[in-house]
Amino acid sequence: MLRRTIETREPPAATVAGMAAPAWRVIVFVLGIVVLATIPFVLKSFFLFQITLALIYAIAILGLNLLTGFNGQFSLGHSAFYAIGAYTAAIMMDGFDISYIWTLPAAAIVCFVFGFLFGLPALRLENIYLALATFALAIAIPQVLKSSLVEHWTGGVQGISIIKPDAPFGLPLNSDQWLYVYTVLVAMVMYVCAHNLVKSRTGRALIAIRDHPIAASAMGINVSLYKSLTFGVSALYTGVAGALGALAISFVAPDSFTFQLAVALFVGLVVGGVASISGTLFGGLFVLFVPNIAEHFSKGLAGAVYGVILLLVIYLMPTGAAGLVRLIVTRLVQQGRDSGR
Amino acid sequence: MELFLHQVLAGLATGGIYACMALAVVMIYQAIDHLNFAQGEMAMFSTFIAWQLIQWGLPYWLAFGATIVISFAAGVAIERVVLKPLHNAPVLSHVVAFIALLAILNSGAGFIWDYTIKSFPTPFGNGPLFAEGLMSRHDGGMIAVTLLMLAFLYLFFRHTRIGLAMRAAAANPESARLAGIRVGWMTALGWGMAAAIGSVAGMLIAPVVFLEPNMMLSILLYGFAGAVVGGLTSPGGAVLGGFLVGIVENLAGTYIPVVGREMKLSIALFIIVAVLCVKPSGLFGRPIVTRV
Repeated sequence: MLRRTIETREPPAATVAGMAAPAWRVIVFVLGIVVLATIPFVLKSFFLFQITLALIYAIAILGLNLLTGFNGQFSLGHSAFYAIGAYTAAIMMDGFDISYIWTLPAAAIVCFVFGFLFGLPALRLENIYLALATFALAIAIPQVLKSSLVEHWTGGVQGISIIKPDAPFGLPLNSDQWLYVYTVLVAMVMYVCAHNLVKSRTGRALIAIRDHPIAASAMGINVSLYKSLTFGVSALYTGVAGALGALAISFVAPDSFTFQLAVALFVGLVVGGVASISGTLFGGLFVLFVPNIAEHFSKGLAGAVYGVILLLVIYLMPTGAAGLVRLIVTRLVQQGRDSGR
Repeated sequence: MELFLHQVLAGLATGGIYACMALAVVMIYQAIDHLNFAQGEMAMFSTFIAWQLIQWGLPYWLAFGATIVISFAAGVAIERVVLKPLHNAPVLSHVVAFIALLAILNSGAGFIWDYTIKSFPTPFGNGPLFAEGLMSRHDGGMIAVTLLMLAFLYLFFRHTRIGLAMRAAAANPESARLAGIRVGWMTALGWGMAAAIGSVAGMLIAPVVFLEPNMMLSILLYGFAGAVVGGLTSPGGAVLGGFLVGIVENLAGTYIPVVGREMKLSIALFIIVAVLCVKPSGLFGRPIVTRV
């Protein structure tokens, strides 16, 4: 009963700088679409490729965010799911000549199953212990991919090269532009699904488990089932990102999926904002561009510059980019109210 | 059987390295309640300082002592400068700060001392400890120093006022503050001690793995694993866990045929995860009980 009253309560009519908040949301949304649509025709090929990669990382970070941000399970092993997605795509295209269109659903299913199964034993572990278990996964995957047992499929240390897909239906786009469009379409579907998932009854269950597992199970939520399912869905997102990444780079090798990738995804998650869906976009951009910027400052001290930037970002926005935006909006709303009086 | 004994002894020797690091990991965990990912790089940086001091002509033990003091001060300084401003930030932001520290220290050391591999002197000599030559004198010395540090920490935490205050500050900051303990400084002290123990670990490990900016990366992982297996709340357990990880890693590499040398890290980690599934708070850790 209590839950229903909370749901149906009208949100307070807030205004930002004189306009209603929903109006702002529409403006931001339309602007975003316009920018995304013009990007491929304005930017140079390489830059477009980088934006595509940033979007792919954003999807992977979104997957991690569903697990860590909304369900409170810590993971340092998402590079493993990324790798599994990427290899699923590469093996399908290279070994079986299957169209790239089918690689994404296949990667999604494979990663969901793998993530769900990994989530089962992980149920017994919490916080740091879970971090260690996922971390073990991140360390193990590149070694397993290299090992002689699966070398026939994975190509061992050399990895697999695949061909970049061309635009279908004779669209006047080169392969970089088409890949960008394809990634944007996939990303949109993924983001809408994530948004709906989090806002749904299931999403509330996930958040309840994060905030208080015992209270959640007392309310009748099947904690184990939801936790493993979240692991599966999170792996699915990251796996789809991995498959897209394989298409974009048109090459997979074990050493692209090391622990560093897991750390990068984690950094993107925190910098973008924990438990924020739109923040992951910022996270993706950060993960891709900041290391390059750091290298631009100084070749020898690139790591140190990256670390300093990271520290500054954390100081300035301890709750991530999403937290900062939320803070600014709250301030503006406050001002709007004050001036309205 | 003989092969088995050989492997166990060899595992014990490498386990000594992990035990050293695990002890430093547990130490900081006691003070701040998180795993510090920059721990390995802090130890590496300290070891470079020791190397520099020895290069400048200081005798080994003087450089050893000076490095411990410098590391302690640096550890306190890092807590005050980097982490205190993040006092109210969420936990995950702290972890990112550790990652940033790691990047800074790693690239800084590479910039100052470059990435060539350097040899580091050992005070114990390199000859074999036993006749068969399974364990070098250095390995023996390293294990002895680790056990000595463990004893020192035990006495410190159990029998001094300041040790008690540190435990109180970590276990229940609010109540500790009400009892007149300066919790902020206790945390800084914990960082200082962790840095000092880390520097000892680094100086003991460096003769075996050689000195270079990336030397600690894999060792820290094993150290974490050892600490977690032993239980993060128990320094003794962490040391034992470190030895266990070393032995398990060696035995897995020898007896599980598919594994070979390159897969033994993952096998060791999987065995650890299996242990954790049976005993989630580590072999010697206290299970955490919360009141609902």
